[in-house]
Amino acid sequence: MIATGVVAGVGAVAALWPLVEQMNPDASTIAAGAPIEVDLTPIAEGQAIKVFWRSKPIFINHRTKKQIEDARNVDVAKLPDPQPDSARVKQGHEQWQVLIAICTHLGCIPLADQGPFDGYFCPCHGSVYDTSGRIRQGPAPLNLALPPYEFISDTKIRIG
Amino acid sequence: MSAPATYKPTSAFMRWIERRLPIGGLVYSSFVAYPTPRNLNYWWTFGGILTFMLAVQLLTGIVLAMHYTAQVDLAFDSVEHIMRDVNYGWLLRYLHANGASMFFLAAYIHMFRGMYYGSYKEPREVLWILGVILLLLMIMTGFLGYVLPWGQMSFWAATVITNLFSAIPLVGEGIVTWLWGGYAVGNPTLNRFYALHYLLPFVIAGVVVLHVWALHVTGQNNPDGIEPQTENETVAFTPYATIKDSFLMVVFSILLAWFVFYIPSFLGHPDNYIPANPSVTPTHIVPEWYYLPFYAILRAIPNKLIGVIALAASIAVLAFIPWLDTSKVRSARYRPLYRQFFWVFVIVCIGLGWLGSKPPEGNYVVFARIFTAYYFIFFLVILPVLGKVERTKPVPASISQAVLGKRALIGAPAPPPSGTQSA
Repeated sequence: MIATGVVAGVGAVAALWPLVEQMNPDASTIAAGAPIEVDLTPIAEGQAIKVFWRSKPIFINHRTKKQIEDARNVDVAKLPDPQPDSARVKQGHEQWQVLIAICTHLGCIPLADQGPFDGYFCPCHGSVYDTSGRIRQGPAPLNLALPPYEFISDTKIRIG
Repeated sequence: MSAPATYKPTSAFMRWIERRLPIGGLVYSSFVAYPTPRNLNYWWTFGGILTFMLAVQLLTGIVLAMHYTAQVDLAFDSVEHIMRDVNYGWLLRYLHANGASMFFLAAYIHMFRGMYYGSYKEPREVLWILGVILLLLMIMTGFLGYVLPWGQMSFWAATVITNLFSAIPLVGEGIVTWLWGGYAVGNPTLNRFYALHYLLPFVIAGVVVLHVWALHVTGQNNPDGIEPQTENETVAFTPYATIKDSFLMVVFSILLAWFVFYIPSFLGHPDNYIPANPSVTPTHIVPEWYYLPFYAILRAIPNKLIGVIALAASIAVLAFIPWLDTSKVRSARYRPLYRQFFWVFVIVCIGLGWLGSKPPEGNYVVFARIFTAYYFIFFLVILPVLGKVERTKPVPASISQAVLGKRALIGAPAPPPSGTQSA
């Protein structure tokens, strides 16, 4: 009796699984999400550009000395999502800030070089991020996320 | 005035059909001879209006689907093609978009009627819950439909609303990816939203059948909240309710027509005439007016997860009203204290709607929080407590007494119990 029920249950799950799994990203979407390479030489100091990887907007910000200073001069323990700036950049390339430009509140794209910390500001509900992309004020719960990336030379990064 | 209780087909054709599929008898007993309380007022016509609006949406939607293309590079242009090239396409599109607004207007009025007159009370609890399910289905359908034109508001509304699920701990991100079918809102998302937008209205139609069935089992409520006791306290649905429903359907259609022909884009957002741009977020993302109260509640709470829970709870709490309200008296006509809290509630709902359209800063946030608090306190505190402490007005013994008793007080002689009675 129970054995029949278990077999029927396994059968039902097996029948339903493709119907559920078909909604996950398909092969072409995953292929389109392959890593991209970005040349950093055209980006002037103080300039931020936006690129797309896996349909997500990515900020690449060439930080000024002052912005790096401000990002370090912070009591990390007092932050809503504590993280030191050093954990959010690659060693030896601290002037390059690479962030996923999606506000961790409800998914709007923040504006660069805005807000009281000269970092990022999300116009949707007023979340304020600093020059390290960390949340300082507003309803967003987490710091701006980092995409997976690495420096393949001093002037080129691969994202993904 | 009473119609014969059972269906007696007059034509040979109908007799032939009736023996094989008694649909004539079903329609007759449900919508012709069906006994309906004779004291119903015009607030009772909105059920019929809602059915009519569902039909309008289905009809205009299906013909629009013959011309729409659900692909990110083509969707926006296909809607413009409908507006400019398709014969009467502009009319169909405006009917469908404004029809959705009218659909929600009628639904909210219908629900407020239920809350005022206690239509959710025993034995109509299941009827009420089916109604809450219908509201939820309507909200989902409207959201899915709004994404289809693939304008700026379409895209960003899809992004924001699907992102709500990321608030769920552990599985949130996975659920969002699964909903998107990709790493962001994109073509897979648009395609599946189209499929579901086409499906859900038929699910709504099915639940409407259950809703009307549940209604016919218990009979309709009435403004006095007293169950009909004698036959002369009811009238046949046709012609009385039929003509009353039809009349208000016409009035309601005039309102719909006013929007469609004079101010067709008034209720919409101009940013949705900008094609979707994933790299630019509009400065003010707002949903359509019928979602604004829920949007205000979501934004009022500073914590992301609790905001999402509050949003879900604001709809879920409606299903529990039959048990939250402890009053033994059904209709607000005999509940003077409840009546006041009810009207404050209506104003709070409208206020939340207005606040939802404003940027979430300064005093707007303060009032949104106060109004959100009242919204939940009304259901969770006021309804249970009022039933126990309120001094209600004496409820008449019957509908006849409620209706005729009043006239006797004014001094006019009571008219004969029914107008024209045949044999």
